[in-house]
Amino acid sequence: MQTTAKVIKYELSDVLRSTWIIVYAVFFLVVTEALFRFGGGSARALLSLSNLVLIIIPLVSIVFGTMYLYNARAFIELLLSQPVDRKTLFGGLYAGLALPLSAGFLVGVGLPFAWHGVEAASHTTTLLTLVLAGVLLTFIFVALAFLIAVTFEDKVRGLGVAILLWLFFSVIYDGGVLLLTNAFADYPLEQPMIVLMLLNPIDLARVLLLLTFDVSALMGYTGAVFEQFFGSLLGVGISTAALAVWVGVPLWLGWRFFKKKDF
Amino acid sequence: MIDIKGLEKSFGRLRVLRGLDLRIERGAVTAIVGPNASGKTTLIKTILGLTKPDAGGIVFDEQRLNGAWNYRERIGYMPQAAQFPENLCAREVIAMLKDLRGRPADLDEDLLDAFDLGPELDKPLRTLSGGTRQKISAVVAFLFRPDVLILDEPTAGLDPVASSLLKDKILRERDAGKTFILTSHIMSEVEELSDNIAFLLNGKVHFAGSTDAIKTTTGQPRLERAIAQLLTAELTTPGTPSSNGFSKEAPLPFSGGDTGMGDPTFEKGTKNMVLPD
Repeated sequence: MQTTAKVIKYELSDVLRSTWIIVYAVFFLVVTEALFRFGGGSARALLSLSNLVLIIIPLVSIVFGTMYLYNARAFIELLLSQPVDRKTLFGGLYAGLALPLSAGFLVGVGLPFAWHGVEAASHTTTLLTLVLAGVLLTFIFVALAFLIAVTFEDKVRGLGVAILLWLFFSVIYDGGVLLLTNAFADYPLEQPMIVLMLLNPIDLARVLLLLTFDVSALMGYTGAVFEQFFGSLLGVGISTAALAVWVGVPLWLGWRFFKKKDF
Repeated sequence: MIDIKGLEKSFGRLRVLRGLDLRIERGAVTAIVGPNASGKTTLIKTILGLTKPDAGGIVFDEQRLNGAWNYRERIGYMPQAAQFPENLCAREVIAMLKDLRGRPADLDEDLLDAFDLGPELDKPLRTLSGGTRQKISAVVAFLFRPDVLILDEPTAGLDPVASSLLKDKILRERDAGKTFILTSHIMSEVEELSDNIAFLLNGKVHFAGSTDAIKTTTGQPRLERAIAQLLTAELTTPGTPSSNGFSKEAPLPFSGGDTGMGDPTFEKGTKNMVLPD
C-alpha cells in the first residue's frame, strides 16, 4: 500500500508536469464560464455541459491515457527491476492517471459553479450527477486505455485503436442502434434497447444525466424506454452500477494482461 | 545462489529459451556468453521477473520465484540499454529509487564519485549521451549494496576510463562476496572478470563451467579462441540442435565458404553471399 502511494506520487509529479492536464482543466473552466455568461443561467449551462462531457471526457481520457502509458514504458521497466510488486505498480499507474484527469475536470467545471452559484436546488443534484458521470467516464476510459496499452505492443497501432474505440462508442454505436430500431420498428424493442444501452458506457452516462434533467423530450429513445422501464430512481441506480461494472471489467482484463506481460 | 531449471520461453513462434538449466554460484562472477539472439537477455529478464517463462522455474536463494518480487531488493540490475523516465534528471531518478527502497542510510556511492558525473546529474535524461546514461545505470545498480548484480553488457558504450573503473568495481565487489551475472561479447573482458562461464546457444546452455575449464577442454590458451572453437564445433557437427534454425543475425566465425554448400544452417541470403555467382 505504501509503495502504491509512492508510485502514485511519482506519476502525479510526472503527469502534472505535462501541460496537457492543465490545458484540459482550463478548457473546462473557459467553456463553463462562457456557458454561464452567454447562455444565461445554470440550467442551460448544465445541459450544454453534459453534452460536452459525454464527448470530451472519453476522448481525452482514452487518448491521453494510451499515450501516457506508451511513454511511461521506461518508468515501468525501471520500477519492475526494483522490489516493486506488479499489482502495486498497476494500481499506482491507474490511480496516478485517473485521479489527475478527474481532478482537472472537477476543477474546471466546479470553479465557475462555485462563484456563479446555481439557480434552483434541483440543479445541485444535476450538477452532482454531472460530476459523477464525468468522473466515472474518466475512470472507464482510462481503464480502456490501460487495456489497449498492455495489449498492443506498437504505439501507433495502440493510439489508432484508442481513437477507433472512442469513435465507436460515441458515434458508430448510436448509428447502429438507430439503424436497428428502424429495421425492426414493427417489433417491441424495449428490452433489447436496454441491453444495447448497457453495453455502451457513453449511452449509460447520457441516460444517467438525462434522468436527472426535467427534459424528457431530450431523452431520446433509449432514455425514454429506460425511465419507463425502471422509473427515475431505480434507473439512476442501475445506470450508475452498470458504469461501475464498466470501470471494473476493462481494468480487470488489463491487469490480467499486465500480470503476464513481458517487458 | 540461483538455480534455473528447464526454462522455456517463446515469443510468438520464436523459441528463445529451450529448456535452459543453469546454476549461478554464490560469490563468483558468472559470464553468460553466446551469439546474438541466443537468449542471454531473455534469461536475465526472466531472473528479474520482467519476462514470464512458459515453463520451468528459478530458485533464488532457496526461494521459488513465481510472481515473487521481494527478492529484487537484493538485486542490482544494469540493463543493456538504460531505460529511464525521459523527462526526469538523474538526481530525481536516484532520489525516487532511494525513496522506493525505503531510504537506506548505507549507500554505495563509489561509482557516483568515480565517474565524476557532476552537472550531468541535473540534466534531463533524454539529453544525455548513451555512455553517460550507461554510467548512471551502473551507479544505480551498485547504489543499494545488493548481494546479486546482474549486468547486461555493462561496458558497451563506456569509454576506456569508465569501463576500467567499472571493471575494477566489479572485481572489488566480487572479492567482497557479491554474486555477479554478466553478459558480454568482448571475450577479453569476460576472461578478465569471470570465474564461471555459461555458453548459450539457441536457448540452451551448451557449456557451463569455470573459465579455466573451458580453456583446458578446448586446449586453447585464450578464451576467445576457445569459444570460437566451441562454436565452430557446434556448427560442423551434424545433428546438433544448432542446425535447425540458427539465428539470422548471428555472424559466426565460420572457417570457410567451402563447407557452406548444402549445409542446412545456411539461409538463402547467406548462401548467395558466399557464392556470388
